[in-house]
Amino acid sequence: MNAVDFLTQMVRIAIPYLFAASGGVVAERAGIVSLTLEGFMLSGAFGAALGTHYSGSPLVGLLSGILCGLIFSLLHALATIRYRSDQVVTGIAINLLAIGVTRFFLKLAFDSSSNSPRVAGFGGNRAAAGFDNPLLWLGLLVAPAVAFLIYRTPYGLRVRAAGDHPEAAESVGVSVKRVRYMAVAISGVLAGLGGVYLALDQHQFTDQMTAGRGFIAISAVIFGRWNPIRAALACLLFAAAETLQIQLQGSHAIPSQFIEMIPYVLTIIALAGVVGRSVPPAALGKAAD
Amino acid sequence: MTSGTGGGPTSPGGESSRAVAIRMEGISKYFGPIEANRGASLEVARGEIHALVGENGAGKSTLMRILGGLMKPDAGRVEVNGRDVTGWSTNDAIAAGIGIVHQHFMLVPTLTVAENLVLGSEPASRGMLDYERAAASVQSLSTETGLAVQPGRKISELSVGEAQRVEILKVLFRGAEILVLDEPTAVLSPPEVRELWAVLRRLRDKGDTIVLITHRLDEVVDLSDTITVMRAGATVARIRTAETSPAEIARAMVGREVALSAGRRVTPSSATGSRGSRGLEVRNLAIRGSRGNRVVDGVSFAVQPGEILGIAGVEGNGQTELIEALAGLREISEGQVLIDAVDITARTVAARHEVGLSHIPEDRHRRGLILEYSIADNLILGVENKFTKGHVIDRAAVLANASGQISSFDIRPGDPALFARALSGGNQQKVVIAREMSRAFSVLLASQPTRGVDVGAIEFIHQRLLDARAAGKAILLVSAELNEVLALSDRIAVMYRGRFAVVMPAAEASEEVLGEYMIGTKKGNAA
Amino acid sequence: MTAPLTAEEKPRRFAAPAWRERGEEALIPPFVALLVALICGDLLILSYGQSPLEVYRLLLEGTWGNAYGFGQVLYKATTLTFTGLAVSFGLRAGLFNIGGESQLAAGGFAAALAGLALPTGTPLVLALPLCIIAAGAAGGAVGAVPAYLKTRFGAHEVIVTIMLNFVVLAFLNWIIAAHLHVPETLHTPEIRAGALPRLSDMFTAFHGSAANLAMIVVLVVAAAVWFYLFRTSGGYALRAVGLQPDAAEYGGISVGRVWLKALTISGIIAGMGGINYVLGYKHYYEDGFASGAGFLGIAVALVGRNNPFGVVIAAFFFATLSQGGLAIHALVPKQMMDVLQGVVILAVAMSVPEVRRVLRGSRRRSDA
Repeated sequence: MNAVDFLTQMVRIAIPYLFAASGGVVAERAGIVSLTLEGFMLSGAFGAALGTHYSGSPLVGLLSGILCGLIFSLLHALATIRYRSDQVVTGIAINLLAIGVTRFFLKLAFDSSSNSPRVAGFGGNRAAAGFDNPLLWLGLLVAPAVAFLIYRTPYGLRVRAAGDHPEAAESVGVSVKRVRYMAVAISGVLAGLGGVYLALDQHQFTDQMTAGRGFIAISAVIFGRWNPIRAALACLLFAAAETLQIQLQGSHAIPSQFIEMIPYVLTIIALAGVVGRSVPPAALGKAAD
Repeated sequence: MTSGTGGGPTSPGGESSRAVAIRMEGISKYFGPIEANRGASLEVARGEIHALVGENGAGKSTLMRILGGLMKPDAGRVEVNGRDVTGWSTNDAIAAGIGIVHQHFMLVPTLTVAENLVLGSEPASRGMLDYERAAASVQSLSTETGLAVQPGRKISELSVGEAQRVEILKVLFRGAEILVLDEPTAVLSPPEVRELWAVLRRLRDKGDTIVLITHRLDEVVDLSDTITVMRAGATVARIRTAETSPAEIARAMVGREVALSAGRRVTPSSATGSRGSRGLEVRNLAIRGSRGNRVVDGVSFAVQPGEILGIAGVEGNGQTELIEALAGLREISEGQVLIDAVDITARTVAARHEVGLSHIPEDRHRRGLILEYSIADNLILGVENKFTKGHVIDRAAVLANASGQISSFDIRPGDPALFARALSGGNQQKVVIAREMSRAFSVLLASQPTRGVDVGAIEFIHQRLLDARAAGKAILLVSAELNEVLALSDRIAVMYRGRFAVVMPAAEASEEVLGEYMIGTKKGNAA
Repeated sequence: MTAPLTAEEKPRRFAAPAWRERGEEALIPPFVALLVALICGDLLILSYGQSPLEVYRLLLEGTWGNAYGFGQVLYKATTLTFTGLAVSFGLRAGLFNIGGESQLAAGGFAAALAGLALPTGTPLVLALPLCIIAAGAAGGAVGAVPAYLKTRFGAHEVIVTIMLNFVVLAFLNWIIAAHLHVPETLHTPEIRAGALPRLSDMFTAFHGSAANLAMIVVLVVAAAVWFYLFRTSGGYALRAVGLQPDAAEYGGISVGRVWLKALTISGIIAGMGGINYVLGYKHYYEDGFASGAGFLGIAVALVGRNNPFGVVIAAFFFATLSQGGLAIHALVPKQMMDVLQGVVILAVAMSVPEVRRVLRGSRRRSDA
């Protein structure tokens, strides 16, 4: 296989990570732990399949996928911001809830325990190798867009303040709660988009189809030290490893399971401070007053 | 406590010509059962520097937070420039020209000076942050006020003095004409302090009104026009600075209503230490603070068995850090600590307990007690291993210990199963003291032992300290209450800016004498 | 000392007897969650056009109403108790162990290895402790990694344990798939020693269910955990670190050492959980046998309010939900239980701080 094929496959694999990690950066920079990316992505995938199936249009699927991601993220925001529930526990609960709800509606709508019927996606011209899918291009642009948001807009300034020193922000009249609600909503929309891409690219929804991608995304956020561009590069790195694993399948050089491990091992190493200090936003995980 | 011209808290005459910038009356504020403000009042004329003084917990910060809109009062009235603004929000306060410069800077360390300054009112063009305009505004304000800063530097890279300038600029940026500064010089070096004073005078001359929360007597004396003294949540005095003396101010700040056996002098101790006990010895101790400066700057002293050495001084001069370092809770940069001639400088907390050290911490809620544990369980903190058979806790022994200490220290209510957080402040302190003084010790560190404690318990605690002294223990007492230090100590040291300004026998000490060392107007003999 | 208490000394209203205060704050959130779950369940059932009462009746019949169903509940509750105890043990020290899934799997794997290494016919009284030790050691080894990284580097245990889950599970998958599996399957050969008798071996009524004597082991472990936490000096120190690390440090307790112990022991307990499947049920290790029990352990710890007895009860609750899903399958898809599971956890997580705020606030208000 040649370099072009490798790169195109790598990009296609990276897109869900790019969406979710970018959303995760926004939410975590604002101070809310985002273990929920997996759940947002899964719900977005289901929403996309559902919407596309019933309307016949992938665009409707896109919107309903975004809506599903948004709903779950608002639930997460409500629990952690208004009710001040533990953000880690809530994250796990949201993920479990997403699995449960998607399974339930999968059965209800499609009478299946495993997958939805086939749905149309964007693009589809074989020769274009996936690059005629507008979502793919959106995915490539989302990290720079988030970087712009965080570093060049007033809202982004408030996000950074809310995550590093919420009291300082409150003292100048910024509503940290509102900033965080917005940030979590953004993460829900973006991670949901990641799910939409996944489902429409595979042309169906399958039970638990995200298979840990949300956790790879959060690994990318941590490995990239909460910077959107570095996180995006981490996503590409992890996607490259995954592509490698697929290409090497069958050849017994390195077992695929070890390549699977790479993102997670790298993150653990990053946390041990081996690749520069991994300093999260100072107020990450603490409930605001 | 009277003002210089006699009479109780009065509105000084002769200044009806000046407009009133701030008037707060009858302010009450509860935090749960704690009454932080009890009918407090404040009147600040426009264009003056007004000092708001009082000890820790007097309610000054709470009063200013209410003024600044960070919280609403439970009762009372707030007027700014003649307008009733009771219960307003931070945004209202900022819009009306009130700017609070907090003691713990409200600056985001990872952002730049300019970003911190414009946060919340960011200049934008076409949705994007206009960094150039932000930097330009910062620059022009900086030149205008003489507060030099560099817009592009991150807060984490600045010195304390620079960061404070940014904090002040932040409020001026929003058009503040009434500035409230909370303990601004607590963390500054002497040259930085002088710079700040110059800035404040400049602002005052420009027509701004300044409220200065401080307990630095020299600031009060040299800088302020009027002084308001608060104690226990209420306002107790309002004095024109020109009409009073430093000693009177000191007395108003630190004195207590209760005749705390005033004038009682401890009889020279004839107690000798327990066999082999050599007390506490500290040699050239230096401790570095979080910003690299020396918060304790070469302190040497000894406390003999059967002696109480009292450290007087306004809070923030290094006493807290000194005690923490002696207790093993803070790193020592230089110097040595010896207990009974054993060098414990590098030893753990547990090892220090073994060698005979006990510690009554100044913050009983954070350090001294586990609020979610029962009284009985708190009484064995640190010595839980002595109440075990094997590794199993001997509950009968724990209960017996608890009953014994509850009765001998008169802890009320006397139910050993009650949560520690259910007790009043005085009784909580008694639990701490019961525990610390019941174990075998030769050196006791007592830090603010009667802070927040009701009158009855104060007497009790003082008697216990004297009993320990009579039993040959070496006691190091740190207290912001001058009367307490005077009543209990054999020798008194005054701590000022990380050093002992003086050490003198208690017989030679008095409020006036000590006060001058505390302010720093007198330098003494101590190393 | 019999002078009446002054107004200042009278205990505040929130000084109800300690057991009552603790009881209120501990029990109200699970009840709230149960209520929320019932309401949600009703809605979901109705959306399927079924009668809630019918469904709940069928649920109870299928779980606690017959021996097979109850046996299944016992079996599932056993694993969940192990993982729930593990998580709650860590939480008591203020640490969040999310690695239960991989610690459980590692423990099961080690138990299988031990069972394969021992000669056939080794008496149970010898084989069982060895297998349990192997299981605990494997889980403890996995748990020691975040423990070390936290004390040495300050790395947050939540992320480390989540990452480690993936790493360890992938590793175990490789070992089985590449080396140790019986052809056409993803499990090891049957163990030669250490097999635990099933409940059905002793009471034929339980025929077909997976319940086995591992449940005796877990009850012993639960009692041991309770004893350690509330009756030993080590447990005193551990809880102190979890409640108020500053005061613990002041008292001379080594916080770092407590963390190390807590996470490692947490891993050991989760690892021991592997014996339920491996020694008691299938008698071999199968890739993926944990199937979410590690994560559900977090829910069990939460609902059980980090108390060993509460954990046992919560484990039964979730096991009933899980088994119940199968029982009501004719009327309502079992997926409903997945939803209810998530709802319960979310409801408890949201109600714990809220209940505490309301209770403590109202106690204070009645006082001021």
